Amino acid sequence: MLNKNAQLNTNVFSKDIEKKATRDGFGLGAVEAGKKDPNVVVLCADLKESTRAEWFENEFPDRFIEVGVAEQNMATVAAGMAAVGKRPFIASYAAFSPGRNYEQIRTTIALNQQPVVVCGMHAGVSVGPDGATHQMLEDIGMMRMLPGMNVIVPGDAEEARKATMAAAESKTPTYLRFGRAPTPVFTTTDTPFEIGKALVLWESAKPKVALMSTGALSYEALLAARALASDNIEVTVLHVPSVKPLDEEKVEEAARRAGRVITIEEHQVAGGFGSAIAEFLSERYPVPVTRLGMKDVFGQSGEPEELLKHYGLQASGIAAAVRTSLGIY
Amino acid sequence: MALTDIEIKNIETHAEAIRETILDMLVQAGSGHTAGPLGMSDLFAAFYFHILKHDPKNPDWEERDRLILSNGHTVPVRYSAMAHAGYFPVEECLTLRKFGSRLQGHPERDRLPGLETTSGPLGSGLSQAAGIALALKMDGKKNRTFVMMSDGEQQEGNTWEAVMFASKYELGNLTAVMDRNNIQIDGMTEDVMPLNSLKEKYEAFGWHVMEIDGHNIEAFVDACDHARAIPEKPTLIIAHTIPGKGVPEIEYDYKWHGKWPTKEEGARFMKELRNGAGRVPNEYA
Repeated sequence: MLNKNAQLNTNVFSKDIEKKATRDGFGLGAVEAGKKDPNVVVLCADLKESTRAEWFENEFPDRFIEVGVAEQNMATVAAGMAAVGKRPFIASYAAFSPGRNYEQIRTTIALNQQPVVVCGMHAGVSVGPDGATHQMLEDIGMMRMLPGMNVIVPGDAEEARKATMAAAESKTPTYLRFGRAPTPVFTTTDTPFEIGKALVLWESAKPKVALMSTGALSYEALLAARALASDNIEVTVLHVPSVKPLDEEKVEEAARRAGRVITIEEHQVAGGFGSAIAEFLSERYPVPVTRLGMKDVFGQSGEPEELLKHYGLQASGIAAAVRTSLGIY
Repeated sequence: MALTDIEIKNIETHAEAIRETILDMLVQAGSGHTAGPLGMSDLFAAFYFHILKHDPKNPDWEERDRLILSNGHTVPVRYSAMAHAGYFPVEECLTLRKFGSRLQGHPERDRLPGLETTSGPLGSGLSQAAGIALALKMDGKKNRTFVMMSDGEQQEGNTWEAVMFASKYELGNLTAVMDRNNIQIDGMTEDVMPLNSLKEKYEAFGWHVMEIDGHNIEAFVDACDHARAIPEKPTLIIAHTIPGKGVPEIEYDYKWHGKWPTKEEGARFMKELRNGAGRVPNEYA
């Protein structure tokens, strides 16, 4: 059943649940953060409409910096601005930032310890028709390897708004990962969000599997949990927006209770969120871990729904993985 | 303000001391870069003993000018200049590149107060300086931002992204200084990847460009002053320098870009440095 303490959308299982892209949450969060802190600035590399950086520009034209198609310069200019007290957000597609400017992020932001917030849009296969070049699937791995870098993958637009504001207040270099496609807004303004904290979405008395997911796919995990419950297969769903720092306590607890874990992410299974969970559990409380995600392949053109289905990342694919892991066919 | 002859002599004396310490620290480290730091010593002496508004006892002073070192591999010249200017004891220079030292092989901002950025990977210093200059400008601050960069890193795409950016945002508070010594690790810049017409290139991008002899302290100070008088554009000072300057047997030799002197070489180079290429009799050197 749903975790009451999560204060989720009361319409969470309705077909008419509001859908909104997480990038929209960034746009709103950046404006709010900008109102709170005059040092917040937003830099964009010729993608202001698509990244929603434009929303910030409309509100604060003097604090919006258009750098042109130059992601390396965007990261390093931001590092310089942070060095004199600004709180820069840099917005582009994840394939280019951190995809193209990784060394600049590593040296001038992470090693240099400048609190720049790298906002990678259009992450995952659900980018859709643009195809593999624009469907970033390696960014969680790249970014979580950097010492001192926080990595946050919001589950919906509302959480994206909160994460953006939290990143603005954090003194730590942060990576925020956003998607292009509108996805269900399953949280509310009352749903708790904190960097480093995971959130139980679905509870069971005697779970057989703990589903752990990050990003918008947590909603698919929730749908899978409900479908499985009607077949008397009990699971829990732990939504983990904060890939780093990881909520070790909640992850361990969920693993202990279920004794079996399935991770879900729109990312390569190598090096990403599932890897982070497997790494942690193998040292703390080893249990079988199945990682759902992209299995050493690039994406391709298509509609978001059909791509997620093709790669087994929709509720039906997740439920099937649960049955397989339990040997129920 | 023009320098007096005594002031010039004074800065030149500091430059010589900076060079001597560079040799000492490289011999002690047993690794590092020699040619660039020796070639840039006059520029750094002028920076730390005249041009920069700074306070060695208060490195985080908010009103200071910012000096970014983009070509981080030449950091021995910066460490040496900072030590002679009073940021830390000159003896600490001998810990360069050693375990636990604040003087990392390439500079790390959070380890040593007075460094503005972490650098080493080439081509990103101009961008960071532009970011600093833009932020200071947004806040109406009068501090100036200087960035020291190499000629070799003009081959990096990131540099040209920054060149466009600084021009677009009319960063008149930004002065870039290019150490034009014509060498890089694999050979002469014009053989490895020709850079020719750097002045024209920067001018085409909307910069104000001056070319000077990088060992003429008066010319360098004048150029920096001149840059202050051009608020509408970023300025580039192309400082032509001699790699390995002061040690005739290695001057102009690209092989000394990334090489360090042995103990014996160090002693011999020190003598060459002190006798001013034969101008001073050895018994006084």
